Amino acid sequence: MGTKGRCLVSSRKDPDVSKTGQSGFSRRGFMQGIGVGSGALGAGILENEAQAAPPPGGFSGPGGVAITLRINGKPTNLTVEPRVTLVDALRNTLDMTGAKKVCDRATCGACTVIMSGKVVYACSVLAIDAQGKDIQTIEGIGSGNKPHPVSMAFVHHDAQQCGYCTPGFVMAAKGFLDRTPNPTLEQVEKGLGGNLCRCGTYVGIRQAVLEAAKEIKGGKNG
Amino acid sequence: MANYSWPPMEKRRLMGKRLERLDGIAKSTGRAKYASDFNAPGMLFGEFLTCPHAHARVTSIDTSAAEKLNGVTAVRVIAKPGTEIQWAGAEVASVAAISEDVARDAVRLIKVGYEVLPHLVKEDDISKAGTRAKAAGETVTGDLEKAFSEADVTHEGSYGIPVITHCCLEPHGQVVEWKGKEINFRPSTQNVTGVGGDLAKNLQLPATDVHVKMDYIGGGFGSKFAADLWGVESAQLSKASGGKPVKMFLDRRTELTIAGVRPSAFAKVKVSAKKDGTLTGWQSDSWATGGFGGGGSPPLPYVFINIPNQKKNHSAISTNTGGVRAWRAPNHQQATYLTCCALEDLAAKLKMDPVELFAKNADLTARPEVYRNQLKKASELMDWGKKWHQRGDSGAGPVKRGLGLAIATWGGGGHNSQCRAVIHPDGAIDIELCSQDLGTGTRTIITQVAAETLGLPMSAINLKIGDNSLPPSGPSGGSTTVGGVSSSTRKATINALEKLYEAVAASLGAKQDELEAVDGRIQVKGHPDKALTWKAACQKLGVKVISEMGANDQKNPGGLNAQGVGGINMAEVEVDTETGIVKMKKFVAVNDCGLVVNPRLAESQIHGGVIMGICSALTEERILDAATGRVLNADMEFYKLSGVGDIGEIVAHVEVLPEHDKRGIVGLGEPSAIAIPAAIANAVANAIGVRVQRIPLTPDRVLAALEGRNA
Repeated sequence: MGTKGRCLVSSRKDPDVSKTGQSGFSRRGFMQGIGVGSGALGAGILENEAQAAPPPGGFSGPGGVAITLRINGKPTNLTVEPRVTLVDALRNTLDMTGAKKVCDRATCGACTVIMSGKVVYACSVLAIDAQGKDIQTIEGIGSGNKPHPVSMAFVHHDAQQCGYCTPGFVMAAKGFLDRTPNPTLEQVEKGLGGNLCRCGTYVGIRQAVLEAAKEIKGGKNG
Repeated sequence: MANYSWPPMEKRRLMGKRLERLDGIAKSTGRAKYASDFNAPGMLFGEFLTCPHAHARVTSIDTSAAEKLNGVTAVRVIAKPGTEIQWAGAEVASVAAISEDVARDAVRLIKVGYEVLPHLVKEDDISKAGTRAKAAGETVTGDLEKAFSEADVTHEGSYGIPVITHCCLEPHGQVVEWKGKEINFRPSTQNVTGVGGDLAKNLQLPATDVHVKMDYIGGGFGSKFAADLWGVESAQLSKASGGKPVKMFLDRRTELTIAGVRPSAFAKVKVSAKKDGTLTGWQSDSWATGGFGGGGSPPLPYVFINIPNQKKNHSAISTNTGGVRAWRAPNHQQATYLTCCALEDLAAKLKMDPVELFAKNADLTARPEVYRNQLKKASELMDWGKKWHQRGDSGAGPVKRGLGLAIATWGGGGHNSQCRAVIHPDGAIDIELCSQDLGTGTRTIITQVAAETLGLPMSAINLKIGDNSLPPSGPSGGSTTVGGVSSSTRKATINALEKLYEAVAASLGAKQDELEAVDGRIQVKGHPDKALTWKAACQKLGVKVISEMGANDQKNPGGLNAQGVGGINMAEVEVDTETGIVKMKKFVAVNDCGLVVNPRLAESQIHGGVIMGICSALTEERILDAATGRVLNADMEFYKLSGVGDIGEIVAHVEVLPEHDKRGIVGLGEPSAIAIPAAIANAVANAIGVRVQRIPLTPDRVLAALEGRNA
């Protein structure tokens, strides 16, 4: 149980599963990496980023920039302004609307996607900074006739009402179970503390995530 | 006339079963398309410029720089010079552009001059409201002075419940395309049938010009009935941009500032009782704000309406803040909070178990038997008898446990709903009504009723909702949807069946009224051997399509739906008296809702109501800055909702009993969301031995109350 402000909260994930800032994907983090990294590590980062990134040493924008994002295993070309966030690029440019824009400042988790194995808030990642990463969205897990076990568990336990927070929760749960395949209830409550629901579906969500863990382990759908 | 009554409990195949919601997979795979998910080629984005002052007059506005910006297609002035603005966040101008970012750039280029005027944004201290407080006039019943002087015990207390917002995750907004004579309107709305007419009226157009479509809504809770200024502006921006569709959804800051609030309520209450707990007198001086229009008058005393001697005064305070909208059970959360806190304090003074006090006074309510039974059931589920202790008598350690109780009531009934049932000669079935599914499970309920009536599986029903070309069905408010749509669907499907019986009676050698629809067959009643399969029966229609209507009769629902439900809520909390942190341990909610169509969905409604109530009890409050008049926490970081780890154990008990069942269907969305903050506040008082006068029960307030500094 963490604290934020003066109120009791548990709406943040553990520091090790933080979705933003410290996770190394922010633009600021990248720039700091370059500044400090005169050694091999820094150069390595720069080289990897450079494969897909716009002019090295120069700057991007302010107009549209052609970028390539690897989304659900497929390289996807698009043109966005450098200031456009990943969630806006997904929703407005690519018509991938599973991730929702709700708080737009890394609080509620409705825009959750998985980026190179880490759960991130897509509202707080710039699209151009997502180049070179493996981006997994709700559209990329499961298939039309075989939904992902987490999605199925949400149905079985009625873990959704209006459903607007649901895709974010499903992605957060998937990312959580990838790291924590045998969770306790307490771990579920902590691990999904970075997502918020307004209709009040947490009772179903707790059960759904525990069930999904068993399903995935049993290899049914895995 | 056909008999429309519900099949007896024991004969229902689908109604009453714990079926999964039909749109569950669409939602949990991200495929469900909400209004805000709609994209179209060439679509533009709309943005508002809002006023930073709580009270101001616009003196000048210059949009020329915004109009010249590349990518901007339209700029409109909403508040012309001379306009007096009454709250921060009010809309001043609107812009359409090729992207949200460009639209925001344009908004920043608009120059507005303001004459800043004095404002009032806080209402907790009524003595500072001056002429902004409007008294509603005194209501007197019996002889209160006599009751107080003869009482064995009296209690006086002050209580407060703040303004909170709806905080719908999908913000208010829409996509509008105004091309020629036709307007395509895709709003996030609780009112698909009526919202098109509302937009048309604002644009001075015939309602027939507006085509409304909405498949999914990301939360409404009472705040999304009208077309609103953003609907009108989107339409005008679309027209001004050559008919291109304009998407305009409020950003979170604007959403939390102007898109609706629940009014506050504050009161000084005095109650009296005899030694045995019998209530004899009630006095309340209450006040509230719901924004500039005042608003918010909680019905007091709540539920215990027949306390013999009463005197009540209420004032509505006009503040320079965003306006009130219906919020899941308007006025009831406030009323039960003010009433049940006072009664719990009185019980503590009497050294009486509040369950006993409530049971003792059940005759002062409209439904004594229901409440007595619910008190019993809830006590059992909470293990109240074993866990309850006298106030403050909770051991020596710093962490104290306590139990609290509160009561709820709501109306319900069925809204004005019409349904069309279409049976095609190939056996396919359309069920058509212009309802919406707020996430309560309306799609599932309608399909259960239709399939039950037609003797078919759920998969046989092709349900069409969310389009205003379908038969009208009322707005989803007041917990009236389930009553309305289930009744109209029942009637339409029975009417359609009658037509099918007429077509096949001869071939089964029976009269029309001797037939029934069972297990996918049309058969002579009780004779599965004298039957046609559904498909074979429909083939007898030849080229004729059956299309029959059914309507809920609000004046005479015929036992299909009813009004009036109750609920008892009990909370168990743990309070750390060193940190002031309140932790939910267990919550029990017992509700009746007449005939229960789907217990799984009903329980989800209750869970949702309880969790929303936990948010308002512990963390939720719109905080205004007295100096600037602005909302300080118009974001989701500091406008705090509870997370998955904050809710404790929740036991939802929906009473499935013959005496409730025979009343017909009653909505549950609102009654389940009423008495939670009151129960939690009472549990905290029971745990720590003192009353925290105001919610949310934040650590600072708890610590202050412990130190004798209630504020």
